[in-house]
Formats: sequence, C-alpha cells, structure tokens
Amino acid sequence: MTDKNQTLTQALANPTRFMAFSAWLLPIVAVLAAVVLAIAVYMGLNSPVDYQQGHTVKIMYLHVPAAWLAMGVYVAVAISSFGLLVFRHPLADVSAKAAVPLGAAFTFIALVTGSLWGKPMWGAYWVWDARLTSVLLLFFLYLGLMALRSSIEDETEAAKLTAVLALVGVALLPVIKFSVEWWNTLHQPSTRMTSTMHPSFRYPLLVHALGFSLLFLAMHLKAMRNEILRRRVRALEMVAANRPTSDAAVLAPRTEGAS
Amino acid sequence: MGAKLTFDGPFSVELSGLSQRRGTRMLFSSLDLSLPSGRALLLTGPNGSGKTTLLRTIAGFLKPLSGTVTLSGAGDEVDLPEKCHFIGHYNGLKASMTAEENLRFWQRVLASDHAGDARSVNDALIELNIEHLADIPAGYLSAGQQRRLALARLLLSPRPIWLMDEPTAALDDAGTRLVVALVDRHTAAGGLAILSTHLPLPVQRGTGFDMRDALREREEAVG
Amino acid sequence: MTAFLAIVARDIRLAIGRGGGIGTALGFYLIVVSLIPLGLGPDINLLARIAPGVLWVALLLSALLSADGIFAADEADGSLDILSMSALPLEAVTFAKMAAHWLSTALPLVLLTPLLGLLLNLEGAAYPTLLLSMLVGSPAVSAIGAVGAALTLRARKGGQLVALLVLPLYVPTLIFGVTSVEAAQTSPAGAAAPLLILAAISLASSALAPFAAAAALRARS
Repeated sequence: MTDKNQTLTQALANPTRFMAFSAWLLPIVAVLAAVVLAIAVYMGLNSPVDYQQGHTVKIMYLHVPAAWLAMGVYVAVAISSFGLLVFRHPLADVSAKAAVPLGAAFTFIALVTGSLWGKPMWGAYWVWDARLTSVLLLFFLYLGLMALRSSIEDETEAAKLTAVLALVGVALLPVIKFSVEWWNTLHQPSTRMTSTMHPSFRYPLLVHALGFSLLFLAMHLKAMRNEILRRRVRALEMVAANRPTSDAAVLAPRTEGAS
Repeated sequence: MGAKLTFDGPFSVELSGLSQRRGTRMLFSSLDLSLPSGRALLLTGPNGSGKTTLLRTIAGFLKPLSGTVTLSGAGDEVDLPEKCHFIGHYNGLKASMTAEENLRFWQRVLASDHAGDARSVNDALIELNIEHLADIPAGYLSAGQQRRLALARLLLSPRPIWLMDEPTAALDDAGTRLVVALVDRHTAAGGLAILSTHLPLPVQRGTGFDMRDALREREEAVG
Repeated sequence: MTAFLAIVARDIRLAIGRGGGIGTALGFYLIVVSLIPLGLGPDINLLARIAPGVLWVALLLSALLSADGIFAADEADGSLDILSMSALPLEAVTFAKMAAHWLSTALPLVLLTPLLGLLLNLEGAAYPTLLLSMLVGSPAVSAIGAVGAALTLRARKGGQLVALLVLPLYVPTLIFGVTSVEAAQTSPAGAAAPLLILAAISLASSALAPFAAAAALRARS
C-alpha cells in the first residue's frame, strides 16, 4: 500500500517519470479500489448481526479502517518528511503535502464514525475512551501540519518546517498514545471498543481495510500528480514574470567586474 | 595597527554557479565570482537587485537555489560563517542593555581562538568614538550611534571576512569616513570586505560589482 | 563554554527585566486559575478535586504564552543571524535559549503554584507531589515550547499557531504530571511510575528539541 508507493518513488525520483508511471497506475488502482470496496460492502451487509449491538456494529467496518489509515498516513507523511530532510528526495515534499489532507480526512471519518458507533453503545456521542481520544489528538497533529504549511509564504521553507513538525509528531505519537491509554485505564477501566472480535467480522473488516487503502493510494497518486502540475504551472509563471522586457538593452554600462 | 587575522597568507571566497531567488523573482543565476583577500568588493545596484540576498547567501543564512560558496586557501574543514562578521540592516542590539553590555555579550559569543588579537570592548568603543555612551542603554541611542555600536562588533573578534549591508546607513559624514577607514585597515591587513552601498565609497583596494550585471548574466541564461 | 553561558545569562536577564515575558506569564497563570472557580462555582470540594489538573493545564498555557518569545526578539533585531555565526553550533544556541527559558520562566511558574493551590483548596498532602511533578516536567515544557517557537518564527500569526502545534505535544507531560499527583493520593509509592516516565520525557525532549529547533531555524529563506 503506502510501502509500495515509497520504493517506487525511490526508483522514479524524476517527476516526469513519476507522471508517466502514475498515468497508467492510477486508473488501475482506482478500479481495484472500487472493486474491492464493492466486495467489502457486500460482505459487510451480509455479515451477521452482533447480538449486543445489532446492526450498528457495522459502523466498525468504516471506523476501524479509517483509524488504521489515519495512523498509517501519518507514518507515510513522516517517512516522506524524512526523505525530504535527509535525502532531499525531489518528490518527498509533494508526497507529504498531498498526503496530509487525505490523512486528516480519514481521521475525521474515524472520529465521526466512532462517535456514531459509541452513541448507541454508551448513550453519549463522546465518552473519552482511549482510542477515540488518541485519534482526536492525531487529528490535532494533522491540523497543525496544515496550519503551519498555509501560514508560511515561501514554499521551500514551508516544506522543510512541516517536515520537521511531522517528524517531531511521529516521535511523540507513541508517547501520546501510551499516555492516553494510561490516563484512560486510570479513569475508565471498562470502555474499550474493540474487545474480542468474532472471526466472521474479521474478514469483512480486512477487506474494507484493503479497499480503503487502495482508495487512499489512488487519491494520493492523483493528488501528487495535481501538485506536480501545479508546481509546473508556477515555474512557468515565474519564467514569464522574469522574462526581460524589450527595454533590457538600455542597461547601465558594465562596471569593472571583480575577477 | 590592525588586528591579526586568523589566516596566514592569502585566501579567497569563491562563488560558483550561484543562483538565488526572492519569492518568485530570480535575482541572480550562475554567478561566478572570485573574491581574493586584501580587497574590498563594493556591490552596487538599485533596490531589489539582490545585494542583501547575495550577502545573506554568502553568510549562510540562505541556501542558494544552486551553486556553492566556498573558501579556498584557508585549509580544509573551515566553516565559512565562523570566519565572517555580518553587519546587516538590523543592528543586533538589545535596547535594555547598555552599549558596553551589548558589546561584551557579542565578544563572548563571537570569540575565536585568536582572542588575544581582539580589541577590548573599551577600545572598540573608543575607535568608533562612542566611549562616552558606554553606560547608556542602547535603546536611548540615536540611529547613527546605534549603527556605530553595531560596527564596533567588527573589532571585538578578528574575523577575516567582513560582510556589510549598507554599513553607512544612518551615519553622518564623519561616520562614513570612519567606515572607510575601518575597511581600509582591514584590507591592508589582508582581510576581505564585501559591502553593499548606494553611495560611492572611497575605499582603497576596492572593486565595484553592479548587481545588474548579475541580472544580465541571468538574462543571457534565460533568453 | 563561555559563549553558551553568555547566551543563557543574557536571555535570563532579558526575560526578567522590564519588557521581559516573565511578568505576563505569571499574571496569566494567576488569572487563568482564578477563572476556574468563577466558571464552575466556588464549591471548594469540587475545586480540591480538580485542582491538580487545573493547575497543570494553566501552567502549560502560561508557559506557551511566553515560549513564542524565545526566538522572536532575536529574529526581529538581527541577533539571531549573528548568533548563527558563532563558533557555537546552532544546536547549542537553541539549547542555551531553551535552558534560559526554563530557568527564567518555567521555574518561576512552578514556584508560583503553591500560592495558586491555595486558591483552589488543593489538598495539603498533594502539594509535594504536585510541585515535584511540575519540577520534573518543566524541562519538557520549555523544550517542546522552544521547538514550536522555532517552527512558527516566520509564520503569519505565529503566536496563535504555536498553541495549535504545541498543545497536542504537551499531552503526555500533562497526563503523567497529573496522574502522579492522583496516584500519590492513594499511595505515595504509586507516584513513582508516572514521575519516572515524566522524567524520561523531560530528558528525551531536552536532548532532541535543540536539534529540531535548529533544523527549523535553518529552514529560513
């Protein structure tokens, strides 16, 4: 999934080659995603009804993969950030910039579906259980990345600063999750959403996860292509803006240059 | 009497293929300059032509779009910024600290191994004719006095390369003559000074470089 | 060594002197804590229960308020440029500034806490652990705040942005700080684990933050 993305971009560091390669890969991934998701929906609708939760347990098929992807995309952003700062990989910032809003969207879906799932179970839309709280904090980290990037004028500077922030975040993320677990077990020992899962839920869940991952990959490729095109347009605009006017011939005579 | 520099013998600063932009504007592209020691380079050109950006790129504050800035003749493993003094648009002074306290701080921070050749804070104040302001908080000084205080930093620690962005800004005629004298002494002792200026400065061993020539090189590259 | 100490000494002097951030930070701490009873009602039993958490949150917010200034003043008057030309590596410069913030701002905030504990009717037995947890966690507060300050130095609305970036990163410090106090209330030995974790977080962030802050400062263009 995201791993496949990384090794391929290493081999195809050239943006032009990436554009060529993604041009045929993207439709394939998109079609695959649609097919897998269709299968997933079918499996989900036909999976047994939970004796406690009834049909509402099936929100899990959206919630759990969304939460997994929220985490996974952040790791992908961190890897891209590492690629930018350490290897100066030319596509690293494109990858990170494209992935962040997608990750934030998956995080938001995880939060909303988690809240909707929790309401029938516990009677409230938000009870501060460990998993949802961790996802909420992850959402804040994504918001921070987007806010930082949008508030820096210079694109190169914004790229490096968001890369540093992403790496700081990924280093602290395990600590944050651990601390939230700790906090939760002290205060609310019994609200865990994913307790034992019956095997008949497991397969639809995995298929959903695969479908969403393919969906992310497709959207990520598309977003990267858009970003590369946007940067090309900007470069062309820059050249046009800097093109000398016809008055250029009337410059001051050349002074003695240092040799 | 000049401060002994940290290099024995001549050196030069080499700009090779240097390109830099500001926002969306390319300022210079494929700039090749060799700047030998014992000389002063005067950067001229209109506002926005890239004088400040070039100085800041040499100082290491900005990474160039492409190309390199290297020090040659100085031995290996030398970090260029550590061998430079930088006088920029801002003076680097804290308003609540006295003139003497400001200089004392910079002397400690910019100290090099050859500290024995540095001027004392008091001597530096005397040289810039502001010793009577030693105990006055820098915030109460006039713009010209603050500029002199900033320039006093040059004498606190012997560094061979001086990067100066409009050093005579806010200075009166006497102050301008003082800057010229300081630069002359520096280059006579074998140092290198690179300064940007709007006015003609009668420095000895000086060479001019108009930033519009860097522009011309860029046009040739683009067109 | 002398360059490092010169930076620490100067930053402390500037923070404590007129126009420095220390007064505002202490005042903010006092006011935020005072808002809580005003918002929740003066039920002193309720206040006593929530006091450790409230004090920790208020401390973090107050420290955050002042963290913005760690690099901003030097950037504005050109000092940061000159500092980067010192023989001292930029990481040492950022570490010096972090240490100065800790000594001049974070520690005084911690020392004000007992007084504010009185306002919230903090349980007498909780004072030692609360103060200890704040002492142990305060380096992390300065370290993470400094990274936020470096990242937002050239951002529009940098001061507000720092809060958005840094507060999620403060969560572990907050949690282990507060739970150590709560654990101590049941058994003194129970506070050991969270305090040790807090110490580890402080040490690790103090060691790594200078590198992250220096990387952020180098991104300038």
